[in-house]
Amino acid sequence: MISIDNISKSYGNVRALNSISFKVNKGQLYGLIGPDGSGKTSLFRILTSLLLPTGGKATMAGFDAVDDYKEIRKRVGYMPERFSLYLDLTVEENLKFFATVFNTTIKENYHLIEDIYNMLEPFKHRRAGDLSGGMKQKLALSCALIHKPEILLLDEPTTGVDPVSRRDFWNILKNLQKTGLTTLVSTPFMEDAELCDEVALIQNGEILKIDTPEKIALDYPHRLWKVVSENNYRTLKVLGSYSNKISAFSFGNSIHLATGHDVTKTMIETHLNEHEVKIISIETIRPHIEDVFMELMSNDETLS
Amino acid sequence: MTEEKVIIAKHLTRTFGKFIAVDHISFEVNRGEIFGFLGANGAGKTTAIKMLTGILSSSSGEAMVAGFDIKKQRNKLKEHIGYMSQKFSLYEDLTLKENIRFYGGIYGLSKKDIIRKTGEMTERLDLKNIENTLISEIPLGWKQKIAFSVATLHHPKIVFLDEPTSGVDPITRRQFWNLIYEAAADGITVFVTTHYMDEAEYCDRISMMVEGKIAAIGSLHDLLSKYDSKNMDEVFIKLAR
Repeated sequence: MISIDNISKSYGNVRALNSISFKVNKGQLYGLIGPDGSGKTSLFRILTSLLLPTGGKATMAGFDAVDDYKEIRKRVGYMPERFSLYLDLTVEENLKFFATVFNTTIKENYHLIEDIYNMLEPFKHRRAGDLSGGMKQKLALSCALIHKPEILLLDEPTTGVDPVSRRDFWNILKNLQKTGLTTLVSTPFMEDAELCDEVALIQNGEILKIDTPEKIALDYPHRLWKVVSENNYRTLKVLGSYSNKISAFSFGNSIHLATGHDVTKTMIETHLNEHEVKIISIETIRPHIEDVFMELMSNDETLS
Repeated sequence: MTEEKVIIAKHLTRTFGKFIAVDHISFEVNRGEIFGFLGANGAGKTTAIKMLTGILSSSSGEAMVAGFDIKKQRNKLKEHIGYMSQKFSLYEDLTLKENIRFYGGIYGLSKKDIIRKTGEMTERLDLKNIENTLISEIPLGWKQKIAFSVATLHHPKIVFLDEPTSGVDPITRRQFWNLIYEAAADGITVFVTTHYMDEAEYCDRISMMVEGKIAAIGSLHDLLSKYDSKNMDEVFIKLAR
C-alpha cells in the first residue's frame, strides 16, 4: 500500500533522509519510531506530496508521490505534527469544512468517525482553539478521516499527550484498523512500538531496523538483566567500571544491564557486593524496544 | 525550618471565568529535591507552574518560592529561579555563546562571571568547538542539555523544567537526567514535568494533579504501595481515569 524506495532528502548541506526504503502492506498499523530530528516529518511530507524528495521513489496506493499528487491527496488522510485546524472555527465547522473540501458530507462518512466524534459531541460548538490537547488531537483525527481515506498518515499524534490519553488514542487506531485502513504512524515513544504490527526504527535519517516488535526484541544480541537496588544512581556508577558490562542504562526504578551470555547472576552480585551496593533484586528480562534502540544507536558510528 | 523549603504553597488557586484551573493546592518542596509534577493534559500543571514562576497571578491562596512571595515579590522571585521547556529555551538565531551572554545578563551576572561561566560550561559539556554555532544548527538532544545549563547558569535555588525531554532520543534523555542529578546534588531543587513515566520514577517525590487538585503526593515507594501498582504508569492510569 505504501512503498518507499531509496528516498533521500537534503536541505542544503543537511541530509535529512539518507536513501531509506520500506513497505507498508494493506491493513497494517505500521510504526515509524525515532526521536525528533530523525527525519520522520520529512518522510511524511514527501509521502503526502507536500515536499519533493532529492532522490528515490515513493508510491501510495500505487500512485507516485511526485507525479500523481492529485490522486494521492484524495486517498490519504494526513494529521501533521503541529495542530493545523482552524482555531477560530468550531469543532463542527472544522469538520464540515474538511468534508466540503473533499466533496463529501459529514453524514456520508459518519460511521468512520463515530467512536471518536461521540467524545467531541458535547463540545461541537466550542472553537477549536479552546479545546484541551487531547480533544484537539481527536478533532484532527476526525478531520483526517472524513473523506474516507485508504491510507492514514499520523505524524507524532501522541507527543505531549499524557499516558491515559495516549492509551485511548492507540485503542482508536486499533479499532480503525478493523475497517481495513492502512496506517503509518510516527512516535518518539519507544513503548508505543509494541502496539504496531511492524516497525521501522529511524535515527539521523537512516533506518536502523525493520521488523515486527516481537522479532526486534528477540534479535537483541546480549543477555539483559534488570537490576533493582537502593540507590540506582550510585549503582549505575559502580556498573560503569564493571568489566563484564556491555551497557547499563537506567529504566525508571531499575537499571538494565547488558552482558555477554556467559555472565551469571552470582558474578554480578559479587561485583556489586564488593562495592557495597544494596541489591534488591537481579533477574534476566526480555528486552524492550528501547533497549534495542539504544543498542543500535551505540553501534552507529556517526553519532560518536 | 522554612529555609529548607523551597516551595511552600497554601490553597493556591486560579480561576478563568467559571473554570477552576487550579483548585486550592497545598504542598511543599524541599531544598535539593527532585520533585516530579505529573498530571493529565488539562489537569492544571501549566497554570500552576505559571503561578509559581511569577508569570501568572493567582486568584487566591499564597505561595513562597525560593523565599519570595509569588504575589508581592514577583520580580525578585524571577531572579532566583531557572526555567526551561521543550517549546521555549534558547534563541535559535543566536549562537551558543550569545545565548549564554544574553541569559547571563538577564539573570544579573557580571561580565566577568559570564565569561567564567561560559568557559566552565563549554568545558564541562564538551562544547568548545561549537561555541560560535547558531543554536538552530545544533541537534535537539544537545540543545536541551545546553538549555538546562543555561537555565541553571546563575545557580538558582530552584529550576522549573516543563517536559524538558519531550521527543529526545533515549540515550540523550538519560544523559539529561544525569545533569538533573548533578544539579540536585549541587543543591539546586528540580521541579520537573514529564509524560515519560520511567522519568517520573527518577524523582525523589512525585505529585499527581487531577482536575485542578493534587490527588496524590509522595515518594515512588509510597505511591506504589498506596495504589497497589508495580510502576508509575499504573499509578497514573488509576488516578487519572
